[in-house]
Amino acid sequence: MRQRKRGDTSRVPGLFSMNINGMREMFNSGDSVEETINSTFDKIERSKLNSFITLPKEVALEEARRLDKNGVKGMLGGIPIGIKDSISTKGIQTTCGSKILEGYIPPYDAHVIERLKAEGAIIIGKTNMDEFAMGTSTETSHFGPTRNPWDVKRVPGGSSGGSAAAVAGGEVPIALGSDTGGSVRCPASFCGVVGLKPTYGLVSRYGLIAYANSLEQIGPFALNVKDVALLLDVISGYDSKDSTSVNEKCEYLKELREDVSDVKIGVPKEFFGEGIDEDVEKAVWKSIKTLEDMGASYTEISLQHTKYSLAAYYIIAMSEASSNLARFDGLRYGLRLGKDKDWHTTFSEIKAQGFGEEVKRRILLGTYALSAGYYGRYYLKALKVRTLIKRDFESALKDTNVLITPTMPFPAFKIGEKIGNPLALYLADVNTVPINLAGVPSISVPCGFSGKLPIGMQIIGRHFDEATILRTAYAFEQSSGCDT
Amino acid sequence: MITKKKVEHISWLARIKLTEEEKEKFTKQLNSILDYFETLDEVEDDVPPTHHVLGITNVFRDDMVKKSISQEDALSNAPKKERGYFKGPRIV
Repeated sequence: MRQRKRGDTSRVPGLFSMNINGMREMFNSGDSVEETINSTFDKIERSKLNSFITLPKEVALEEARRLDKNGVKGMLGGIPIGIKDSISTKGIQTTCGSKILEGYIPPYDAHVIERLKAEGAIIIGKTNMDEFAMGTSTETSHFGPTRNPWDVKRVPGGSSGGSAAAVAGGEVPIALGSDTGGSVRCPASFCGVVGLKPTYGLVSRYGLIAYANSLEQIGPFALNVKDVALLLDVISGYDSKDSTSVNEKCEYLKELREDVSDVKIGVPKEFFGEGIDEDVEKAVWKSIKTLEDMGASYTEISLQHTKYSLAAYYIIAMSEASSNLARFDGLRYGLRLGKDKDWHTTFSEIKAQGFGEEVKRRILLGTYALSAGYYGRYYLKALKVRTLIKRDFESALKDTNVLITPTMPFPAFKIGEKIGNPLALYLADVNTVPINLAGVPSISVPCGFSGKLPIGMQIIGRHFDEATILRTAYAFEQSSGCDT
Repeated sequence: MITKKKVEHISWLARIKLTEEEKEKFTKQLNSILDYFETLDEVEDDVPPTHHVLGITNVFRDDMVKKSISQEDALSNAPKKERGYFKGPRIV
């Protein structure tokens, strides 16, 4: 059993967490996959975190027994993984954290699930999330909030809070989430784990139940950078069933090394604005200096259109959401109420009963932003602002190869603290949404603490240059001892 | 400035039935959020919109019949079905 290293920031006191290597050592020394999966379920069942919505125990154990019999093969052979509940899993309930999809069982696997299964991973369960990925705290889930393992009275972040908490809480070593405006990076930051949003198009979205399809990507969570790189190796790559996917992957695990001599860091001042907590700012700057000591260089830069990114993001996301969620009419799947009335009333009542408040709010705003007379002022304008923001990033990343910022303006807040004020919660995404607008990749790594709460640092890269941000994150992690 | 009547119209477009309480609450909230969105009014208009961040267009495949999801699978989650069809509410 691995002793806690001095400087460990991604392991919660009192909770034993195991990474992929640790699990492999156990299999190599004779532990069966079945025993490991059994004890994984035990742990989850005793946990108070509420990180999982569905636990397909029999299916997982059957798979474990099959691997014990035929041999553990593949890049993720025998490794248990948590999957965000917006990612379709054949035969396993997939709810998107919503009442409207309670009981929905997809008849097909998402592309990333096919890739995981081909490498021997074992799906432990579907993790909790903000309803339809709309949220920053996992408080809008129909299945109750998930708790932050570092302080169970606090949120784990969102919308992929269940996945982050499951990894930080030592329930599974790896998990998948999705990131539309920060939904992998925010919970990674709040839960003190590593989380990456790939470049738009690197990972297939086939099977990811859409919220805002021009912005989102499926992304990996793990306790350390190496495991995130390995998971990215497995899930990334062109898929003909996703017409927005491209063929640009490289070998991420292979590219990891402790060398940042060619790394030129840009530090955008707009991401260190008024709302940034003092401890967060200190921790991130200290980390930038650590990288400088290791051979990187940094310059302070400006991304001048940053202040418009929240508004542009929310208009685009809500508009796309209003279109994407129109399908939940109870015809092919989902909630259907007793006796049908007329067409319009039937659908309106299904949605009234099936959707939570935040989802309704965003659909209404999106519908308004796309409606006749307002489309030009809101949606089209937001798309133009998106061009300016994308250009800001591209031009900044000409002379630098990474940008570093705090991931979130503050550490995890208390459950119930912000949920009553929608706009205040939207403002928490200020550092994460510009990245989705530009489509660039970004990784959040633990870089310090505020009291007992983890702080995350965001490392942003050029389009399809995950290799450089992973390498930078890895080098930082190894030198600061912040790995598990 | 959105009125309650406007919110009712939007909810009709979106096919989401709202209670009176929701109409009041959403009118207030939508107004404060839209106020925040007004910040975009100060940005120059003379820029092409970004519809797709990678600039990909017209991704087609050859028009060949391939294997598809079975009718049984397609109907497997349908709350109401009849003779192999999805059953919906009356239109007329």
